[in-house]
Amino acid sequence: MENLINIFVKSIFIDNMIFAYFLGMCSYLAVSKTVKTSMGLGIAVIFVLLITVPVNYLLEVYVLKKGALVWLSDSFATLDLSFLSFIMFIAIIASIVQLVEMFIEKFSPALYNSLGIFLPLIAVNCAILGAALFMQEREYSNIAEATAFGLGSGIGWLLAIVALAAIREKMRYSNVPAPLRGLGITFILTGLMGIAFMSFLGITL
Amino acid sequence: MKDFSNRYIFIFSVVMVVSVAILLSLTALLLQPRQEKNVETEKKMNILSSINITSTKVDAVALYDRYIRESFVINTGGQRIQGVDAFSVSLRAEHKKPLEQQSLPVFTAVMDNGDTQHIYPLEGKGLWWPIWGYVALRPDMSTIAGATFDHKGETPGLGAEINTTPFESQFLDKSLYEDGRFVSVAVVKGGAEKSDRHEVDGISGGTITSKGLEAMLREGLVKYEKYFDDNRR
Amino acid sequence: MEKIEKEPLLSAKNIKLMTGPLGDQNPITVQVLGICSALAVTVKMKPAIVMAISVMVVLAISNVIISAMRKSIPGRIRIIVQLVVIATMVIIVDQFLKAFAFDVSKQLSVFVGLIITNCIIMGRLEAFALANKPWPAFLDGLGNSWGYGLILIIVSFFREFLGSGSIMGFPVMEKMGVYNFGYEDNGFMILPPMALITVGLIIWFQRSRNKSLIETK
Repeated sequence: MENLINIFVKSIFIDNMIFAYFLGMCSYLAVSKTVKTSMGLGIAVIFVLLITVPVNYLLEVYVLKKGALVWLSDSFATLDLSFLSFIMFIAIIASIVQLVEMFIEKFSPALYNSLGIFLPLIAVNCAILGAALFMQEREYSNIAEATAFGLGSGIGWLLAIVALAAIREKMRYSNVPAPLRGLGITFILTGLMGIAFMSFLGITL
Repeated sequence: MKDFSNRYIFIFSVVMVVSVAILLSLTALLLQPRQEKNVETEKKMNILSSINITSTKVDAVALYDRYIRESFVINTGGQRIQGVDAFSVSLRAEHKKPLEQQSLPVFTAVMDNGDTQHIYPLEGKGLWWPIWGYVALRPDMSTIAGATFDHKGETPGLGAEINTTPFESQFLDKSLYEDGRFVSVAVVKGGAEKSDRHEVDGISGGTITSKGLEAMLREGLVKYEKYFDDNRR
Repeated sequence: MEKIEKEPLLSAKNIKLMTGPLGDQNPITVQVLGICSALAVTVKMKPAIVMAISVMVVLAISNVIISAMRKSIPGRIRIIVQLVVIATMVIIVDQFLKAFAFDVSKQLSVFVGLIITNCIIMGRLEAFALANKPWPAFLDGLGNSWGYGLILIIVSFFREFLGSGSIMGFPVMEKMGVYNFGYEDNGFMILPPMALITVGLIIWFQRSRNKSLIETK
């Protein structure tokens, strides 16, 4: 349990997808103009990460890893399919996003209206594939750890985009030098926020 | 864009998936031997560097065969386990097993001057990613003859300094035992006493990595304690 | 029927496809694409250059493949088709790096895989390759990856030079002897946030020289 909390907190603050690894920057910069829309995108990211990371974890452990197919037959003990992991992960992500989209559309049109437009964007959000690859790289020992990591990363991403959107809303009233307006100042702001987040470094629970 | 029938879409997908699968399997099959050799050569270079032999990608395999005379696996009780190849043991996988079931690899090297050195692999956690290393001990099973560390992705210029010679060479002649008690070597922030045989300087700005390395040394080597006691000369 | 025009291989329009992205059509600083992977690999120049070359290979070839198939790809599944083509190319590049450039592939680690979701590639496939012939698509791929690579190299140059005192691993600062005067490397430059600030400054520089790029509020 302690370990789970540690992974969870670490993936929110220290290994933050945006500030430590710059993942999901494209939509992060494009959608962070207002707090409301960024909240919607953030929730969609949490949702998708929470589902795709554990699913990809199962795929990794029972299909792709070297010797993962032994549950089928002992003769597969040396088979290593990890070269297929990129394509399998992205296929899983794309199809889950599609499924989630159809599911929400059918059962909760209200949620679909606020979240729906973001879902297709998410399939190509680096944060989702990045989380799958980090999960593979770090070899979490069970599915609970992988889920904690997925949820934490999503919350970290939401935190980052909402914070940036809030600052950008206020920035509209500031007198930014003309060439820095828009994109330029957003980059610098993200950098400064990243420095602030670095103060969480080294926290272990 | 034209509209396509479902039948066409289906055939299109099947053809695409099959051709992609063939292409990828072919590439993987052709390149795998080379990739495995890279991994193997790197590990051999790391092991050699812990006994202070510099090797290149070209001569690592030959030098390894020349210096490393024996490699075997023991358990925490110090007994040898038969039938496990020490070179291919993955420490990260072993760490997840209960202590009594772990396989602990030992590599024995015979140097040019006839001295024997024992090399122990280590694996631990740095700030971001895993760190690992090899420590070579003299036959008294206490004095360090050489150490080498590496990392996956510590902060460059800070934690990443653990795999540089200035840091690694500090471990030379440090000792793991004090009056017959296992004390390991501490990585001290802000400067270690030069004469102290159980301390080395930490990396300024790389505190977490230093602490991780210290824990890796202590936790990794203490598992061999029984073996050290039985084989001390 | 389309009118078939004989066009020289390197017509003015085609050259524009290659040079535009270096300047006022730059994928990173103007089109805001492909930032995800751009920043994490810019601590040292060598991985940055390898990353740029990998992206070039993937983008140019997938552009050609998609462009060649553009009339036979069913519209409904085109995103998946594009992802599959990109992912296949990335796996091949990754396998080659692991076999022939092992050291660099270790440094790039998961970021090679993240080329798949690099928005530049999806963006160019959607915007250009689906509507153009293979040859212009190839040039467009080259041009955009050069524009991407250029920013990567500029950022990594400053970060390596100021942060580690070296260029391409060669210890310039040490050779110049500036450490003797009390100079110290700025460790801050190697930390992740400085990559963002460096790109921000590049944008500032570019837009103050080219006023037409300035965003209105």
